[in-house]
Amino acid sequence: MSAFLTLLFRNRLAALGAVVIMAILILVLNIPLLPLHDPDVTATADRFMRPFAEGHLLGTDHLGRDLLSRLLHGTRLSLAVGIAAALIAAAIGSAIGIFAGYFGGRTDNIVMRGVDMLMAFPYILLALAIVAALGPGLMNALIAVAAVNVPFFARNIRGITVGLAGREFVDAARLAGMGHTRIVLTELLPNVLPVIVIAMSTTVGWMILETAGLSFLGLGSQPPQADLGSMLGEARSAMISHPHTSIVPGLMIFLIVVSINLLGDGVRDALDPRLRSGALSRPRATTLVKRHGDVPPTTDDLLAIQDLHTEFHVGKRNLRAVDGVSLAVKPGECLGVIGESGSGKSVTALSVMGLVASPPGVITGGAVRFQGEDLIGAPYESLRQKRGDRVAYIFQDPLSTLHPLYRVGQQLAEAIRSHDSLSKAETRARAIELLNDVRIPNAKSRVDDYPHEMSGGMRQRVGIAMALANEPDVIIADEPTTALDVTVQAQILSLLDDLRRERGLAIIFITHDFGVVAQLCDRVAVMYAGRIVEEGPTQAVLDAPAHPYTKRLIACVPELGGGRRELAAIPGLPPVLDDLPSGCAFAPRCNKAAKSCRQGEIPLQGPALRTVRCLFPERTL
Amino acid sequence: MGGYILKRLISAVPVLFGITIIVFLIMSLIPGDPATAILGSYATPENVEKLNRDLGLDKPMVQRYFIWLGNMLTGDFGRSFSLNRPVIDEVLERFNATMILSGTSFVLCSIFGILAGVISAARQYGFADKAITFVVLIGISVPSFFLGMMMILLFAVHLRWLPVSGMYAIYGGGDLSDLIRHLIMPALALAAVATGVVARLSRSAMLEVLRQDFVRTARANGVPERRVIMGHALRVAMVSILPVLGIQAGFVLSGAVYIEIVFQWPGVGRMLVDAILARDLLVVQGGVVFVAACYVLFNIAVDVAQMLLDPRIKT
Repeated sequence: MSAFLTLLFRNRLAALGAVVIMAILILVLNIPLLPLHDPDVTATADRFMRPFAEGHLLGTDHLGRDLLSRLLHGTRLSLAVGIAAALIAAAIGSAIGIFAGYFGGRTDNIVMRGVDMLMAFPYILLALAIVAALGPGLMNALIAVAAVNVPFFARNIRGITVGLAGREFVDAARLAGMGHTRIVLTELLPNVLPVIVIAMSTTVGWMILETAGLSFLGLGSQPPQADLGSMLGEARSAMISHPHTSIVPGLMIFLIVVSINLLGDGVRDALDPRLRSGALSRPRATTLVKRHGDVPPTTDDLLAIQDLHTEFHVGKRNLRAVDGVSLAVKPGECLGVIGESGSGKSVTALSVMGLVASPPGVITGGAVRFQGEDLIGAPYESLRQKRGDRVAYIFQDPLSTLHPLYRVGQQLAEAIRSHDSLSKAETRARAIELLNDVRIPNAKSRVDDYPHEMSGGMRQRVGIAMALANEPDVIIADEPTTALDVTVQAQILSLLDDLRRERGLAIIFITHDFGVVAQLCDRVAVMYAGRIVEEGPTQAVLDAPAHPYTKRLIACVPELGGGRRELAAIPGLPPVLDDLPSGCAFAPRCNKAAKSCRQGEIPLQGPALRTVRCLFPERTL
Repeated sequence: MGGYILKRLISAVPVLFGITIIVFLIMSLIPGDPATAILGSYATPENVEKLNRDLGLDKPMVQRYFIWLGNMLTGDFGRSFSLNRPVIDEVLERFNATMILSGTSFVLCSIFGILAGVISAARQYGFADKAITFVVLIGISVPSFFLGMMMILLFAVHLRWLPVSGMYAIYGGGDLSDLIRHLIMPALALAAVATGVVARLSRSAMLEVLRQDFVRTARANGVPERRVIMGHALRVAMVSILPVLGIQAGFVLSGAVYIEIVFQWPGVGRMLVDAILARDLLVVQGGVVFVAACYVLFNIAVDVAQMLLDPRIKT
């Protein structure tokens, strides 16, 4: 509770709303103590006195009544009626919702049908109908406003109750022989109460506004009694000659509703855990770059990642996802990057074209050079022109990475047209050709499919076709086969291998599977906790791993026909990235670790193209 | 496509029935004898009895409902005693004016709401986002009738840019430009709240969508950022924005009541309020059923649009 209040008040606007509404409440609750005029005493001689007139702080209305006094009394009435309507609507609506949700089945069906019928009305219309039947009057307006808001509560609370009614603790209560009433009151109600409170906090402002509206129309409070709405309604005829009599009650309604809305938003935000994690912020078009230190010099590789540092800034924590990684590929070469989940391999790949989600991602150092040109911190337009055109990506889950509402042909066409100005017919022909290239049967008709109409393997082929669309020089494949079954995986891998040989593509292949690396890659780099721990030609690394982590990782791969060998899972978990131990990050999980492993930086060393970051490698290189 | 529309139309039939039942039940809530309520407590017993017979109130409730329903299906909504003309004529004439007003407001709130939401999301935490959020907060908190009054004060009385009220100038006028001049303020005042609601929802829908993987794919393909936001992301966000537009349509349709009163707009809302104050219940009954039925049909159009927008919905 106190954590909730802290969160609420960290939101300055919500706090402001709370202060204003509290001030208004305190003021109207203390009306009997304030030196006010009688709100209903008329004095025709003093009609339409301006604000700040002697004895009348806010002036007087068309009958010479003191506006300040009427304003406070009207505010009290409006608040009371609005809050009462909210309470009644919440009580009845929640009761209906819990009833329908708890009993379910046919009861639920019939009740919710009725609720849907009520929701089919534009609701002010329904309120008017009710007032028409009951006759004008504040009590009837209250009933009407409460009644039209009942369906909203019923539907919300029913949804929550349905979820709860199937849970174990309700079953347990039932088995313990509790009656329905007791289960509802002791098991369900406490759980739905917070939801009811939130729903009320977001609707009470509306209900105050709606009752004021009915009074404004002359259908609510009747003279001489006046709430804010009827004050405004009465003042309307003199609006042009004496605007202050309209502005005073109008501003009060606005002030009440705006502060309740601010408070309601604050309550909702404080209770929505996604906002706290910052997950609701949208990623920018390119990753944020805040580079410290020197930019490494140019090399003659096609694509070179040099001493790359990428961090995630979440609240006060700085997670170092990529911590000084250097990799390079030449044309026609395939480089595998392997590691467990969270080792930083995907973030490394996404950093190349500035695609790390930011916030929270920040590139804090190093360089990524494509044909010598540094891409980190490059202007958006120059980066965009290379994206997909020179360096293309294939992503892991083709269902979520393809646009769900565009036909695959449209998506391919757009990838092409973002870089080339071809005619519609030409792009379509090219799209079909690409689908053929990735061996999709019936490409001519498949081009008009939506992603959801294709199988997983087909979708991944579309993903590959998209990457090939502009004949890039480098393809970065981020676990492209992880979501697929083994036969499809084999087909996709051989497809990629063919393309590489035919077109001289360089491929960076991210995976956690040594089997895949062995099939496809010339060289392999092993990552752990944001760093490369071993690198070398694939066969050499597989045959003779030098880092204890690599050795354990290879031992994890089950071998077909290899007998009933014990699979050696690596004990422990990868380290937390904002609290890396000094020295070797793998030391806590390593059975060879010595004291020296935990002290100071351990360099990546060895002969050219075959390096390891370990003080006690499995074999000397 | 045609089949889907037909299916939705058929599924609307029970809803329309439900609406007539609800309106009928509400009208039977009238405390005491309706004829006395209408004629006042000084009416002679003969007059009360005659009115009861005219209204068909001497028959049992179920029978009364079906007579009323049958009459409505043949276009007979009864006769208004305060206006002394068939209810349907009055409703149709007024509905025209309401449609012009709320239709304009609906278009305004859709365009400006979505645009504001998209800009807000694309510039999250930037100046434009903060400015829009602030304006939206004010928009959804100010009562439309108060906003309308203040607009009259400023634009009609002080600046004299626009006419104070009405739908056409009393002398001369009557053409389209005259209508537009009269329409600007009421349409904006009516659209304010709905625009705010649409903008808020569009912003959060866009933020939700912009985090999804296919946005990253579009960026990785080098699709220009403007296309990514206005094309890829908005297209998907529209799937959740559209139902809210449907709800807002109901809001501008019924919220027009206040605006019609403030601006003396000759629409259904004003007719309903006058009828309520005159206890002319047949007008209320007929008007409410008619507008609610139109709203149900509009929601079918929204569903069809939804289907066109999202090919994953099975037709």
